[in-house]
Amino acid sequence: MLGSFDAVLLARIQFAFTVSFHFLFPAFTIGLASYLAVLNGLWLWTREHKYLDLFRYWVKIFAIAFAMGVVSGIVMSYQFGTNWSVFSDKAGPVIGAPMAYEVLSAFFLEAGFLGIMLFGRDKVGEGLHMGACLAVAVGTVFSAFWIISVNSWMHTPVGFEIDAETGQFLPLDFWQIVFNPSFPYRLMHTVTAAYLTTAFIVGGVAAWHLLGQRRKRQLASPATRTMFSMAMWMAAIVAPVQIFLGDLHGINTLEHQPVKVMAMEGHYESHENGAPLYLFGIPNDETQRLDYALGIPKLSSLILKHDLNAPLAGLDTVPDADQPPVAIVFWAFRIMVGLGFAMLGIGLWSLWARWRGRLYAAPWLHRAALAMAPSGLIAVLAGWVTTEVGRQPFTVYGLLRTADSAAPLDAPAVGATLIAFIVVYFAVFGAGTYYILRLMSKPPSPDEPRLKDVSDGPIRSGGRAAAYDDAPQGAHATRTKG
Amino acid sequence: MSLVEGFSFDLTVIWAFLIAAAVLIYVILDGFDLGLGMLFAAERKRGDRDVMMNSVAPVWDGNETWLVLGGGGLMAAFPLAYALILPALYMPIIVMLLALIFRGVAFEFRWRAERGAARAAWDAAFIGGSGLAALCQGIALGALLQGIHIDKAARTYAGGWWDWLTPFSVTVGIGVMVGYMLLGATWLVMKTTGALQERMRTRAWPLGVATLAFIGVVSLWTPFLQEGYYARWFAGWHIALAGGVALAVLAIAALMFRSLTIHRHEYWPFVLALALFALCFVGLGVSMFPYIVPTEVTIWEAAAPELSQKFMLIGASVLLPIILAYTAYAYWVFRGKVDPDTGYH
Repeated sequence: MLGSFDAVLLARIQFAFTVSFHFLFPAFTIGLASYLAVLNGLWLWTREHKYLDLFRYWVKIFAIAFAMGVVSGIVMSYQFGTNWSVFSDKAGPVIGAPMAYEVLSAFFLEAGFLGIMLFGRDKVGEGLHMGACLAVAVGTVFSAFWIISVNSWMHTPVGFEIDAETGQFLPLDFWQIVFNPSFPYRLMHTVTAAYLTTAFIVGGVAAWHLLGQRRKRQLASPATRTMFSMAMWMAAIVAPVQIFLGDLHGINTLEHQPVKVMAMEGHYESHENGAPLYLFGIPNDETQRLDYALGIPKLSSLILKHDLNAPLAGLDTVPDADQPPVAIVFWAFRIMVGLGFAMLGIGLWSLWARWRGRLYAAPWLHRAALAMAPSGLIAVLAGWVTTEVGRQPFTVYGLLRTADSAAPLDAPAVGATLIAFIVVYFAVFGAGTYYILRLMSKPPSPDEPRLKDVSDGPIRSGGRAAAYDDAPQGAHATRTKG
Repeated sequence: MSLVEGFSFDLTVIWAFLIAAAVLIYVILDGFDLGLGMLFAAERKRGDRDVMMNSVAPVWDGNETWLVLGGGGLMAAFPLAYALILPALYMPIIVMLLALIFRGVAFEFRWRAERGAARAAWDAAFIGGSGLAALCQGIALGALLQGIHIDKAARTYAGGWWDWLTPFSVTVGIGVMVGYMLLGATWLVMKTTGALQERMRTRAWPLGVATLAFIGVVSLWTPFLQEGYYARWFAGWHIALAGGVALAVLAIAALMFRSLTIHRHEYWPFVLALALFALCFVGLGVSMFPYIVPTEVTIWEAAAPELSQKFMLIGASVLLPIILAYTAYAYWVFRGKVDPDTGYH
């Protein structure tokens, strides 16, 4: 039995690894596709050149991130079968169809119009090119719709019956399955997270160049300023919305997956008369206690039940075999929430700086925004760890155990492929991240080189760019060297 | 007189055809761009390589989406088959996925590499990834054809993790590599000009001969793998069918060679090479139908419940025509010869 347990554990690590790596790319490209559509729209509307420069700047980064998302995503569509074949056989009749809809309505749309978006502006004209940008942006959101629907069903399964003979989940009502109880909350929370992730990356890149231009005593370029301003508006408006959505999602989780919330809150023990909100503590599954707990009395009941004295059950009401690993869920949740409030802080800070007229001359705000650049990616991963580890030990919550879902594979096979995935992902996606960071390290500039120009090797001299009066001359010096 | 006893036309059959169509579209679309990747190895000049890559850069992503549809569609329409086949083909599929990662990112990374060594490394990743992916796809096909060991009552794969590796599966693997290179060479005859086009025209010849040889070997080998195949092709009047298919393959091949050398067409060699692939695929279908896991599990045994099939068919019948339309449009936008000066990148 030890052998089969090892294979399951290895398969879990493999899935967690490949899906985490994969999701970093969509988390960035869902937001970036919309940002690019907005930039292109603003260029067509205002004909201000900075918007076209920003479009050309970010579309190169988008192309790389999107390619990495595509190739790591193909892996996911086969991992269900290779590593989780029993799950696929049992749940396939229910989740297979929504996943097929994702391919048909989203992947083809993105892939079909990506080529035109990247390379086709001169071939199809501005109007159709704008249409292609919108198609790609809409495709990324459709993709999120379907895959989050499937994931939500695994958390809150409804609309099915179980075949006594085969153990398969048989669909009864696809409307119920697709719009299952946790789906709306999860979808809004995830898509908003993707927009925030992109906003903070864009804001971080803008802040980096604002700081660099300040150090060289240059005026901030219009493109950089616009980039920073747009990102900070997103932070100020969307971060509080996200916290509100997160709260709704948490209350929904309490209704359908109370055990997960117990783990998130570190509530090993039940509280008859108002549960405390633990800010800190070391979960100890052995003793079923939260060591060194530091909590605010009754606050958890207030947040979750909107009532100071509402009773909340703890993990002492749940059999050991049905409990998730508490420490991972507890900490991942705190990382996500902490980053969410830090994002809110940046948003408020930017509003204050904007009100004082110092948005582009606030080096400490820029430093903070730079430090927060990867915060969205980390928060998104922490959020997924919270919800997915919190579902354990089940794949389909309460119905199909993870241990009963895995493919009949030998541990050495799963171990060998796990090592291969780790080596390849770090090498390939590490290189991709390096290329993205290198593109980001150059400021967006007037006459931003297009995809074609970059391929010619050294980026073309800034000489032509001098034609733009609003660009500070010194800004080109760095580019000619790059 | 039907090939299959007790045949009835229903949703399951429709889905079997749709999945088969998705796989065929994948094979012919990604086939030429994987083949092009392998042909990269023989073209040393950077300008030629740029042109080759630019000929597929705007469309490769869409081409690979058909692979996702094949996999995702199999899970949705035939979950049991998906659950039996993928663990059986574990190694070739994982290696194929990793190979596709290398080759997919090479499309973008190659243009970002500033040093010559880095560019050479991504070129190698493109070549190696394309070749390995093609090999693994062929091996997977061969391993499925030769049969997989299952525990039908437990609904699981019951073999080991090296069962797929046999002389037959490796032969099919190499055959697929050669065939893809033929598709790639004829694609480039269509998309390029001058010396590069001429070299591709020259290469298409031996690749065509080798492809025919592999088709012959695999076709003659397959009926001896399992009794079911033998009966399907050689018993009674079926032998006439086999003879007809063989004649059709030879006729298309002859037309392709004439078109390549005597008429020196630009488009027809590619179209005829695609026809050759399509015909082989139909032959494959004749061998397998109605089994989805050969001689063990039929499409009806593996099928998802009717409600799942119906729900998907609504989406597929609306979305597939739209997909085909805009995919054709994307190819139309980037039609004609690749211009080495302006390029797409």
